Amino acid sequence: MPAPDLRGAALTELAAGTAAGKWSARDLVETYLERIAQLDKKLGCFLLVDGEGARKTADAIDKRLAAGENVGPLAGVPVGLKDIFVTRGLETTAGSKILKGFIPPYESTASARLAAAGAIRLGKLNMDEFAMGSSNENSAYYPVHNPWNLDRVPGGSSGGSAAAVAASLCAGALGTDTGGSIRQPASFCGIVGIKPTYGRVSRYGVIAFASSLDHPGPFGRTVEDAAALLEVIAGHDPMDSTSIPRPVGRYRAACTAGITGMRIGVPKEYFQAGMDSEVENAVNLALAELGRAGASIVPVSLPHTQYAIATYYLICTAEASSNLARYDGIRFGHRTASAASLEELYAKTRGEGFGAEPKRRIMLGTYVLRAGYYEAYYGKALRARRLIADDFTAAFAQCDVLVTPTSPIPAFKLGERAQDPLQMYLADIYTVAPPLAGVPALSQCCGFTAAGLPIGLQSIGPPLGEEAVFRVAGAYQGRTDWHTRLPRDPS
Amino acid sequence: MPGCKSQEFQSSVAQEWYNRVQMTRITADEVREIAVLARLRLDPAEIERLTHELDGILGYIDTVKGLDAAQVLPMTHAVPFDCPVRPDEVGASLSIAEALQNAPRRHASSFEVPRILPGPGGA
Amino acid sequence: MSREHYQAVIGLEVHVQLATRTKIFSSSAAAFGGEPNQYTDPTCLGLPGALPVLNREAVDAAVRLGLACGSRIRSRCRFARKHYFYPDLPKGFQISQYDEPLCEGGRVSFRLHGKPHQVRLTRIHMEDDAGKNVHDPSGVSFVDFNRAGVPLCEIVSEPDLRSAEEAAEYVRAIRTLVRYLGISDGNMEEGSLRCDANVSLRRSEASELGTKTELKNINSFKHVRDAIEHEITRQALLLDRGEVITQETRLWDPDRGVSAAMRSKEQAHDYRYFPEPDLPPVAVDEAWQEQARNALPELPEARYARYTDMGLPAQDTAVLVAERAIGDYFDQARAVAPEAKKKIANWLINEVLARVEDTRQLMDPAIPVPPAALAELVVLVEQGTLSGKMGKEVFARMWQERRSAADIVATEAVAVLSDRPALEQACARALAASPDEVARYRAGNLKLLGFFVGKVMKETGGKADPRVVNEILGKLLG
Repeated sequence: MPAPDLRGAALTELAAGTAAGKWSARDLVETYLERIAQLDKKLGCFLLVDGEGARKTADAIDKRLAAGENVGPLAGVPVGLKDIFVTRGLETTAGSKILKGFIPPYESTASARLAAAGAIRLGKLNMDEFAMGSSNENSAYYPVHNPWNLDRVPGGSSGGSAAAVAASLCAGALGTDTGGSIRQPASFCGIVGIKPTYGRVSRYGVIAFASSLDHPGPFGRTVEDAAALLEVIAGHDPMDSTSIPRPVGRYRAACTAGITGMRIGVPKEYFQAGMDSEVENAVNLALAELGRAGASIVPVSLPHTQYAIATYYLICTAEASSNLARYDGIRFGHRTASAASLEELYAKTRGEGFGAEPKRRIMLGTYVLRAGYYEAYYGKALRARRLIADDFTAAFAQCDVLVTPTSPIPAFKLGERAQDPLQMYLADIYTVAPPLAGVPALSQCCGFTAAGLPIGLQSIGPPLGEEAVFRVAGAYQGRTDWHTRLPRDPS
Repeated sequence: MPGCKSQEFQSSVAQEWYNRVQMTRITADEVREIAVLARLRLDPAEIERLTHELDGILGYIDTVKGLDAAQVLPMTHAVPFDCPVRPDEVGASLSIAEALQNAPRRHASSFEVPRILPGPGGA
Repeated sequence: MSREHYQAVIGLEVHVQLATRTKIFSSSAAAFGGEPNQYTDPTCLGLPGALPVLNREAVDAAVRLGLACGSRIRSRCRFARKHYFYPDLPKGFQISQYDEPLCEGGRVSFRLHGKPHQVRLTRIHMEDDAGKNVHDPSGVSFVDFNRAGVPLCEIVSEPDLRSAEEAAEYVRAIRTLVRYLGISDGNMEEGSLRCDANVSLRRSEASELGTKTELKNINSFKHVRDAIEHEITRQALLLDRGEVITQETRLWDPDRGVSAAMRSKEQAHDYRYFPEPDLPPVAVDEAWQEQARNALPELPEARYARYTDMGLPAQDTAVLVAERAIGDYFDQARAVAPEAKKKIANWLINEVLARVEDTRQLMDPAIPVPPAALAELVVLVEQGTLSGKMGKEVFARMWQERRSAADIVATEAVAVLSDRPALEQACARALAASPDEVARYRAGNLKLLGFFVGKVMKETGGKADPRVVNEILGKLLG
């Protein structure tokens, strides 16, 4: 049975088609594997393709479907996993050399739920090392190229995931977002990505960067695709003590619920003078479209936005320096070839295994947590965090969803910003605040620059307000066709 | 900010950053000390580069010092609930083979490390 | 000796390993005696992506410990990460408590040479244990994570102790307490009870504290005394010479009987504490505390006071209070025969305890002589139905055959021979058979009474009641 043209195929279509017997899971897998084999050397999306595993899983699913079993809502759908999700028996590196060869003996909750829903794992996707980065240039293996323009970055840290979905190398993907690492690559690659409410998706089996800020979440071509994936992976997990015990919402349904009467807040701090004009225009047009769809636009303020980046980098580096202390060459991962003493074992293993960005953040985090510095830096940042969260609470008293640009700039060139880490950090301005507050935020395509690069529109909701976010995003998508545009296959 | 036109991102924060950029926040010696605390072996080029980079980043991060937040409670978690607890029952665990499967160096069912000097390490 | 001019000021940090079934933050078994790394899971191995989930029983045990010490239980406490690098610490940090521990304040009481002492507590908090390093002569070390993640309670005392002896008694009191509560074995040699000491000296009339040193590697009660004694002497000598005490950590070497300073590089511990982001604050509400309070057994102090009020001698009380099961057994036996309480205590201490390896067996239903059975035997002896000696024999048979005293007495006819006419005849026969001795007795050698008693006892197979025999002989001999 022939598979459909996978370029631009929506995950929900593929799931429906497989369930209806229009094609087999094996067909889908073979077609995607073929595309990966042809195109990924130009893109660099995958760190590991598990063709054998995917075929086996597909065959098993086809058998069960033939027997009339209900295999799950995502039966037969091939997906990719950011290489930050531990996969039992399959190498997981977090984009780092220090975990080269690491074969986890257990599975992450999110990937297990995808598999239980019938999705088929094609492989592990490239990422910035330990999720630290905004361009995927910090991968210890190789960079990822933006399918819309191979000279450009796909965004990061979930660059491989976003690019793979954009280039139709998989039907959907999982990533993680700590300061923007789902939304910004979704924005750069013209697809949908959502960072759910903190705790909505289990972090069990997600290699930790910044524990209080890490949010696993889905990428999809359409809002319905992202919603479908989120419905499967979200929900309480007893293995994660920060996992929210409330029931999962009906996200797919929300995509078509409309937004008549909804109030859309526009925070003035996200529209400062000096924004890239193409980004500004696209977002303003999008706001107008939302107005025509029945929402009212409300100006609001998030006054502590100016402290968000500093607050974010204080908290995430402190937590990262702690989370990365376990990489010591003793139980797993890279170990230096020769160490005369324990101290050498640690220092050389870690010096050799970590790339420049993790080292930078470990150093910064260690610095700010030192006795005597805690209150001035980390302690202060925790208080600033509350002020930032309170800003959102106050804003949501006046509106239902906030809409902003996702990134002040479209995808930049490979190598352009890699030399100045601070400059890279400052581009996170629109994405760092929602993770600090734990509020859900989604990015979708709202246009293209003259150079043909995607522009992202961000919708932010109150805690557990994913449905409101999907309503807005769905309404916007319903009135536009950006989501149907596809990058050319790299030749 | 280096590389950006002055019109870009002209928030008060960026201005303040410019003003502070002259002050040194971290020295190479401090960087060496922290590298020891963090068990990172850095070569001299890395130390120099990191000193420069961290100085710049700390300069930017210093802006948070200007925020008056004394009356505000720290926000350690983005969830509003208390710590869940579980019953004291044996659950899933790893076999010895699984526990050791990634061990770079092992001896029977133990992990092997260079000789540890006598005495407890830390706590 | 110069030591007399100084007052020793000692504070202890005692770690209690909790006897839960599973680890504090993960559900692999908190078991011992297996192969290295037999009891692990992703969390206690510190694998990438693993997360902690709190064991309710560990918290409950800690709450009971705090309540037993009269501490304030925080209704909301927090975990914090404590960072250092060591092979047995898989995550590179310990999950402990820093700013907001579970328990604050409280005290531990003990008796030394009959005098009551009370040591104030600063706090009690929860934390996870590290794994174990084993040093191999070949020049490497082996790491075993079976113990990694086992729950610990750390009890921090105020520096209220004034001697090595007091310190040892304090630790012993904690051991007794945790065993009463059933939360730990409290075994120093096995490592379920560990102790670090902070020792400083000051001139006896001074109010300021001197520089303190920390002593580690104390693995038994004897070490507690020896290590602290040694440190007090060492510091006194230094101070006498006008030297300064360095604030440092010293390791006790029990084989050589000295302590040695740890290398200074390891001293500079900046633990970089911050609140544990993977665990929200822990709520221990009034209802939980109430439930825990109700589950507390009678504690050693209260039991000591109750037995003292009962009139039991201090020596016996000390033994009865030493382990909870001993007092429990005593109370149950006493309930059957309250008047015989002192004798019951004696029999329990001298006969029952000698036959059990582990005092926990005392309250096990499988014990050969349960409390009520002992009480019954004691009553028989008190009534005179059995002599003391016969009583012991009966007890031995009770223990061996799991029979009651009444049953043995009835079937074996082991009762004391107190039939007076029969005894009178036996006495008369004994005297008639030894006329020389009778004459010597009447001439003043009163010691020979024992000789005659012996003959009567021999003739009656030991069953004669010695009191009655003595009385009859006395009359016959005039």
